[in-house]
Amino acid sequence: MSRFVRWYGSSPLHLLVLIASFALTGYAMVRLFALRPLGVVLWFVGAAVVHDLILLPLYSLVDRSAQAVLRHRAPRMPCPPWINHLRVPAFLSGVLLLVWFPLVFALSRPYPEATGLPIDVYLGRWLALTAVLFLASAVAFAVRLRRLRHTDGAGEGRPAPGHGAGP
Amino acid sequence: MDGSPSAAGPAGPGSPDHEDGSRRGPAHGVLSGLSLRVRYLVRRAEHAPPPPGPFRPGFWRSPLRGPWLTSVFGLVLLIGIPLMFVTGMLSYASYNPDLGRLNDQTPGKGVLGFYLFAWPTHPYWLYRLTQGVHVTLGVVLVPVLLAKLWSVIPKLFTWPPARSLAHALERLSLLLLVGGVIFEFVTGIVNIQLFYVFPGSFYTLHFYGAWVFIAAFVVHVCLKVGRMVGALRSRSLMAELRTPLARTRPEPPDPDGLVPADPAPPTMTRRGVLAMVGGGSLLLLLVTAGQSIGGLLRNTALLAPHNREPGSGPNGFQINKTAASVGVTPAHVGPDWRLEIHGAGPAHVFTRAQLLAMPQHTASLPIACVEGWSTTDQLWSGLRLADLAALAGLPDAGSVLVESVQPPGPYASVLLRGNQIRDPRSLLALRVNGADLSLDHGFPARIIVPANPGVNNTKWVRRLTFRSWP
Repeated sequence: MSRFVRWYGSSPLHLLVLIASFALTGYAMVRLFALRPLGVVLWFVGAAVVHDLILLPLYSLVDRSAQAVLRHRAPRMPCPPWINHLRVPAFLSGVLLLVWFPLVFALSRPYPEATGLPIDVYLGRWLALTAVLFLASAVAFAVRLRRLRHTDGAGEGRPAPGHGAGP
Repeated sequence: MDGSPSAAGPAGPGSPDHEDGSRRGPAHGVLSGLSLRVRYLVRRAEHAPPPPGPFRPGFWRSPLRGPWLTSVFGLVLLIGIPLMFVTGMLSYASYNPDLGRLNDQTPGKGVLGFYLFAWPTHPYWLYRLTQGVHVTLGVVLVPVLLAKLWSVIPKLFTWPPARSLAHALERLSLLLLVGGVIFEFVTGIVNIQLFYVFPGSFYTLHFYGAWVFIAAFVVHVCLKVGRMVGALRSRSLMAELRTPLARTRPEPPDPDGLVPADPAPPTMTRRGVLAMVGGGSLLLLLVTAGQSIGGLLRNTALLAPHNREPGSGPNGFQINKTAASVGVTPAHVGPDWRLEIHGAGPAHVFTRAQLLAMPQHTASLPIACVEGWSTTDQLWSGLRLADLAALAGLPDAGSVLVESVQPPGPYASVLLRGNQIRDPRSLLALRVNGADLSLDHGFPARIIVPANPGVNNTKWVRRLTFRSWP
């Protein structure tokens, strides 16, 4: 037993569960790859690659850049944490686009004829939702800014209030 | 730091390691030699510094990454994903694929169809519910899935890439897990928007893909559920929801290396992350669910594919495929149209006027599509399938082949089962909501069966062949 663990790196149960899983995977994959194996492999591995090595680094980079660029614009007056007022509406608008981009960009050619519905409404709706999200965030930021400066003006010398971030 | 195996086991590579030279056969000697060699290479790789960039522990700096946050997202997916798998498998069963090739897009399924059963007609809204849940939940879980993947991304760049055979196999399973879950979400989400870019038939890809994914999912749950429970117990959710930014600290270092070695100052609280991800799910629910609920709420489904009625009046409700889009023209269903009924005796042939002169029955039933949208109940009227089966000389028909005037293609003909024929609400409908069917809704005659997936409610019917066997 301990020799097996040293050789394999985990308990025999670990190996048994994985082998059972791979057997089922193999059974389904033979059928999945029956028609267009190359296309399916590209989609399967591509799905993980596009997310892990393109989408995730891209949005992380955008987030870091926004923080880096705007950090240098030092506010002349006290300012509550602002990054989430940018991050949250961008995230919300982004997931809407990520899910519904084929309709938003009218990429789905069969849609109008199949459903009897025009496809050109989606871009405007997504833009309007995006505008509402950023506007709501801006209003919330303005309210916090005003409240902060009020307290600052009223209580000179008092320590700045601890402010929570987040939406 | 990131030093112990992710595979839970009584002893990992970190455990004391001494050679046991006694009682080894020749085969064992070879294996042992191989294992020694592998371990030597692993040891060397472990001592070599990781390549720069994401492989270095200092690269990942978010102070919020940690087992607790990952486990919260994991718990949501642990509830959501099995629900999606079950509703998905029910959707496959609802087509009655065991009746024959016409109903089955995956005839090579083998044992993967082990659970198939006669799809019921009660309750009549069953498919509307199961498929509405399947599709809406899939859309709503997208932000949670993204957050879960974000929270574990440092594990992708773990160094060395494999510490043991167990670790290597587990990482292969993780590739199937991540590739599989994204594959399933993407094929499903683009299919409901009729954006057919995937390599092959949607049914084939989504069905077999689901099995590949679930095999890896079950392993992942088996290996991680203990760790998830432990991590969830490590912090109180209520306390996290009250923690402001000023008191937001990284989680204590974990054996999986999710917690950063060199955390950046936090810019968001944990409650902020949960609110943002939950807000994303809620927003997607708001702009999607209306297409499955119908009525006035349909207008709230701002970005969903079936969020507006295509017309007004009795025939103004949702259309899956218009007549034009499948090549049905008014000429196909003009005065020359006849309905043929075959069964035990000689064939019967009827004009539409003759069908309308027979006793009419009504049923209030929805249209529910595999794409997740549905209509509220519509009032259909026409002839009971049970009456037509009796007319054909087979009152106990085991199945019926329904053929459309629609040019050959998917679902131009389907098979219905005996229980569907015998339900008194199952109709060959001629009228809907007090008016003749429109061409897009299947004029001159269409099938409507309770709880049947939309595409199996064949439109533009020209022939019914009742059979005694299922």
